[in-house]
Amino acid sequence: MENYMKLEIAAISENESFARSAVAAFALTLNPSLSELSDIKTAVSEAVTNCIVHAYAGGSNVKKVYIECRANKSEEWGELHIQITDCGCGIEDVDRALTPFYTTLKDEERSGMGFTIMQTFMTDFSVKSEKGKGTQVMMSKKIGVAENEELRERVNA
Amino acid sequence: MKILFNRRNDALYIKLRGELDEHSASGARREVDRLADLNADCEQAVFDLAEVSFMDSTGIGFLIGRYKKFNRYGVKVYITNPSQTTDKILAMSGVYSLVRKL
Repeated sequence: MENYMKLEIAAISENESFARSAVAAFALTLNPSLSELSDIKTAVSEAVTNCIVHAYAGGSNVKKVYIECRANKSEEWGELHIQITDCGCGIEDVDRALTPFYTTLKDEERSGMGFTIMQTFMTDFSVKSEKGKGTQVMMSKKIGVAENEELRERVNA
Repeated sequence: MKILFNRRNDALYIKLRGELDEHSASGARREVDRLADLNADCEQAVFDLAEVSFMDSTGIGFLIGRYKKFNRYGVKVYITNPSQTTDKILAMSGVYSLVRKL
């Protein structure tokens, strides 16, 4: 079974909560655990916040974030693919941006941990960016793989 | 995000309720900083995260920023009751090396 959705939203901070909740709701068809759902919400929040805070910081006519999700489900496990795209300023040095604690906005109490969290919380992660054109974050998560382990932990606890 | 607080002797208890993200952080920052100014004479401030239903990396900057603010008044800062995900974010970013978990 394959499921698909596409969201186009204004790049405003009011939509951060909506975006992560919408993706989480879509992911429910894969029967994720609470912890998997929480990981997904956090990763989406990081990516969407980046679009709002960084990509469109310089001012642009079209300030939109595009979110595409695909869900694949087999009998044993599921997989969620998320693609978050903006048409903003792009990232000059992607490798540097991926470095933990690196931020271009030091004065604003930014932690520089956004990409690190996406990488840690998702199974696969990659980012493509072109200066002046925009950025695309692709990430996926295997759902249900850790389930048996969690069940065992719960029983033991 | 709602900020609830309770002063008991030399300790200020700050309870965060709701979602802490980039959108809600600025209001929360203003309110907690006002509390810090009003309670500069206390000895410790404890952030209770039990009712934080969501937090992303914005929370790291928020907590470190508040740590710095309280630290200027000589107030020790602690964190208590983080959810599993919040705990993971705070641990991996090294927040606990500045702000101890109770």
